[in-house]
Amino acid sequence: MSNVIAELKYTKKHEWIKIDGDKAYIGITDFAQDELGEIVYVELPEVGDTFEADDEIASLESVKAAAAMYNPLSGKVVEVNELLEDSPESVNEDSYKNYIYAIEFSNSVELDELLDAAAYTAFIESLEE
Amino acid sequence: MNSYIPHSEEDVREMLLAVGVQEIDDLFSDVPEELRLKRDLNIPEGLSEEEVLSLMRKYASMNTLGTSYLGCGSYDRIIPSAVSGIVSLPTFATAYTPYQPEISQGVLQAIFEFQTMICELTGLDVSNASLYDGHTAAAEAAAMCFNQRRKSQTLLVSPTVHPFTLKVLKSYFSDMGFSITVLPEKDGLPVFDSLPDYLDSSLAGLFVQSPNIYGLLEDYSGVADMLHDEGALFVISSDPMSLGMVKSQAEWGADIAIGDTQPFGLHQCFGGPTAGYIAAREKLLRKMPGRISGQTVDTDGNRAFVLTLQAREQHIKRERATSNICSNQALAALATSVYLSLAGWDGIQKAAELSYQKAHYLAAKLAATAGLSPAFSAPFFCEFTIDFTSEERAGKFLDSMKKRGIFAGVHLGSLSQNRKGLVTIAVTEKRTIEELDCYVESAMEAVNE
Repeated sequence: MSNVIAELKYTKKHEWIKIDGDKAYIGITDFAQDELGEIVYVELPEVGDTFEADDEIASLESVKAAAAMYNPLSGKVVEVNELLEDSPESVNEDSYKNYIYAIEFSNSVELDELLDAAAYTAFIESLEE
Repeated sequence: MNSYIPHSEEDVREMLLAVGVQEIDDLFSDVPEELRLKRDLNIPEGLSEEEVLSLMRKYASMNTLGTSYLGCGSYDRIIPSAVSGIVSLPTFATAYTPYQPEISQGVLQAIFEFQTMICELTGLDVSNASLYDGHTAAAEAAAMCFNQRRKSQTLLVSPTVHPFTLKVLKSYFSDMGFSITVLPEKDGLPVFDSLPDYLDSSLAGLFVQSPNIYGLLEDYSGVADMLHDEGALFVISSDPMSLGMVKSQAEWGADIAIGDTQPFGLHQCFGGPTAGYIAAREKLLRKMPGRISGQTVDTDGNRAFVLTLQAREQHIKRERATSNICSNQALAALATSVYLSLAGWDGIQKAAELSYQKAHYLAAKLAATAGLSPAFSAPFFCEFTIDFTSEERAGKFLDSMKKRGIFAGVHLGSLSQNRKGLVTIAVTEKRTIEELDCYVESAMEAVNE
């Protein structure tokens, strides 16, 4: 059973979102890292670039697959987790401690679209059935 | 040659039965009716082995023999016999692309050595296992630029690259919404004055070639810094033989080096097969197309080779792959590796210097005795260009030289419309002093005809 943290928000594309004022830290869920397997590369966005919601913003490559990350909140990238450039496997070790990027979001209405922990848990249970 | 057709009628029937269709044509039912060819292909009947040999001898006897001064990307250079000896070994010659790569340690080691030597030549960090030819390498380098600079739309290209390279770049990218923009040209060289006007986030990079299509060596002082300040990439295409004498791509600050390895151990053969090379800075490793062989150790600690970083390829990245290249030009690359191993740095430097000296000898003699002066004053490596002022005069000169057993040069007008009358003459280490003097005498006669 995948780990889901109660305080975070989620998307159906298996990203977690931690709101911090007008900034949101975004990573992939435990379910996603488990599905991908051993991650060997994380392609990070560039700080300062702006993205719309649902834009492809980053990608993760594992030994068996490559997956795109879709940005859940429109805005400007303000931080990226540079640690992942040299140790992408940190995402496997703890996908909630190791965010991918942080975005300064510009449209707070988009927050309403996000799932809470219970809804996300129900969603991944439906996938595992 | 029917014995090479592997399936009997019964085999075919069984296979059709197994997949549940009546006849072979049923397998094409997804192709719309109007696109299907409803007649046999217009090819002659099969021939016996003896008939094939006889036909090939007939074609071979139609060849015109002569001394070659043809260049523009493909050169008549010395190839030690050991190259074809090793490349013809059945273990290499018949090896197909390694789908189960680690079982073919010899092939992977050969690829690894090729990569290592390409890195040493270009001065860059990483090389792949080779590409189909230099022009494919150019297109893949451009794709790396566009992929690395996600918001970019424009690739600046020097006007003095090989016209085929420009054609390939345009056909790869023009219909994908990217712009291939050609810089102005003056005195046989690109003009970089307008470069600052293009420096913004829409610029993917700059693509240049040295020695260029006229054989001239280009000066890129300051170019890399200008591009890098904006984050744009710098691609330099080079005849790898020239690297035995002049600055490497890395020394000019290039991010990607490409070219064709034909000058290293591959015969001209009407233009192919050759191998393309591509090398890049480590930060571009994930954007590099094709396969890469890596060195590691097996469970017993012995040196071993693996295909590595395959995530870029289609079987993992699938529709998100950044290139459609998933193979390499293994046998041609092997010929290059064998050549480089035999020649070593000393050999390459010697071949490059001899080519340079002989080309300059011929250029000086032609100017002094036949009134044929180089069209441009910039320094050149082993090729120089003469302006015959018209297509007719260039054609007449080349025909006349051909009658004397000399393929005297490439008429650039046959490669690009705006270069009519310009003839590029390539001289390699293989040309003897007697041959060069014979060229000069023949040229004196040809121009006075």
